[in-house]
Amino acid sequence: MGVTVRIPAPLRRVTNDQDRVEVDAENLADMVDAMEEQFPGIKERLIDETGSLRHFVNIYVNGEDVQFLQGLETAIKASDEVSIVPAVAGG
Amino acid sequence: MAFASALKCRECGREYPTDPLNVCEFCFGPLEVAYDYEAISRAISRERIQNGPLTMWRYQDLLPVDGDHAVDLQTGFTPLMKAPNLGRLLGLDHLYIKNDAVNPTNSFKDRVVSVASTKALEYEFKTLACASTGNLAGSVAAHAARAGMNAYIFIPADLERGKVVGAAIYGPTLVAINGSYDDVNRLCSELADTYPWAFVNINMRPYYAEGSKTLGYEVAEQLGWQAPAHCIVPSASGSMFTKIWKGLKEFEDLELIPKVHTHMHMTQAAGCAPIAEAYEAGVTRVRPVKPNSIAKSLAIGNPADGYYSLKTIQESDGDATIVPEDEVVAGIQMLAENEGIFTETAGGVVISGLKRLVERGAIKRDEVTVAYITGNGLKTLEAVEDTVRSVTIDPTTSSFEEQVLNA
Repeated sequence: MGVTVRIPAPLRRVTNDQDRVEVDAENLADMVDAMEEQFPGIKERLIDETGSLRHFVNIYVNGEDVQFLQGLETAIKASDEVSIVPAVAGG
Repeated sequence: MAFASALKCRECGREYPTDPLNVCEFCFGPLEVAYDYEAISRAISRERIQNGPLTMWRYQDLLPVDGDHAVDLQTGFTPLMKAPNLGRLLGLDHLYIKNDAVNPTNSFKDRVVSVASTKALEYEFKTLACASTGNLAGSVAAHAARAGMNAYIFIPADLERGKVVGAAIYGPTLVAINGSYDDVNRLCSELADTYPWAFVNINMRPYYAEGSKTLGYEVAEQLGWQAPAHCIVPSASGSMFTKIWKGLKEFEDLELIPKVHTHMHMTQAAGCAPIAEAYEAGVTRVRPVKPNSIAKSLAIGNPADGYYSLKTIQESDGDATIVPEDEVVAGIQMLAENEGIFTETAGGVVISGLKRLVERGAIKRDEVTVAYITGNGLKTLEAVEDTVRSVTIDPTTSSFEEQVLNA
């Protein structure tokens, strides 16, 4: 059993309409690579040319923004839930 | 509506139809409404605007919905007041207060929600929803009531009482979340992917955000068709800040006003100032923070429009000011005691930020300066309760003289 990743609607075209996918990975960078193997094209949507997370993409591990953790180096394990969420306007 | 031609990604420029979409499928960049400005320029004129209603809908040619069918609580065209007393105190001869606290639900949010709810009805949504730091909650609930829609409102559990009651009274399903606004936002993003609701600041966001442009148009019109030298604006996500600038630039491009030389100044409170901190550090990437601020309406730790706000500062040769938490209430008092306007904490951040800007020479005495007051003080009584006093006496002249006059 791998890590569960929640896929937001704008990315579901790439994941064949799946709203959750499972991947085996030890950190987020690996996770993105593993997803790219299953769903070609997903990586460029998340990661910019410099290898950083795109400006308007937020990733959460068990509800915590990874920018408060170790970014793409954040470790993940099988029971974790990862969410990919586009930036949202204010309220 | 006729003039909104597409949605366009602000990052990669890809175009999409004007659907309930907010994010580019290719780069995750935010989508923004694109207009046929040539057609607008043929239709619009100062006279046409002046003959329109005394609300934000006088600018409907520049909004992405059909104004004749607007969900309209008579929002906008709020007073732009000369502020001579505060001006004298600060050393400004031409200080104005844009008092947007007098909108139907007592904040500027009615502008964005009026557009978003109108669009939601156009798309035949039955339910209006939002994540809110408080002001949006009341506005969405009120507009849903007016439009006959259901409403789901999500707020952080620690909001001020006035904002909670001020939203609940309209009869929405009000859900308080154990967490910060950023937690609420993440939850709502997930819900927006699951339920067929119009989340005003998620899937309605491109349309919603356009409503704030009217804060730019109005000030320019009220100043006699010219832009001010300085705008002082409170920021949370940064959306309104960028849209005031966009509004002024559109008026310039449409030749409704002369060339714009406005400096856009953003103010944030120290307990949540991610955009201003990025500005001070000279970087374009806004690092999120965990908010801990008295100014709850500005407490967005991960501001979606932070990047574009920094661009607005750069384009307008403006800046960003961080107001210490203990100066927020002083700002509220300064405005109340000098001009008779009671603002919420966000307005306190604006007035104390303005004072700092003047003190450091960023604003000159003879320059036309507009401070944006975007929310009403009755919503954040907790913030100032301890600073005010009243005396209770028996109904006799002697107790009045003893306990009040000679106390």
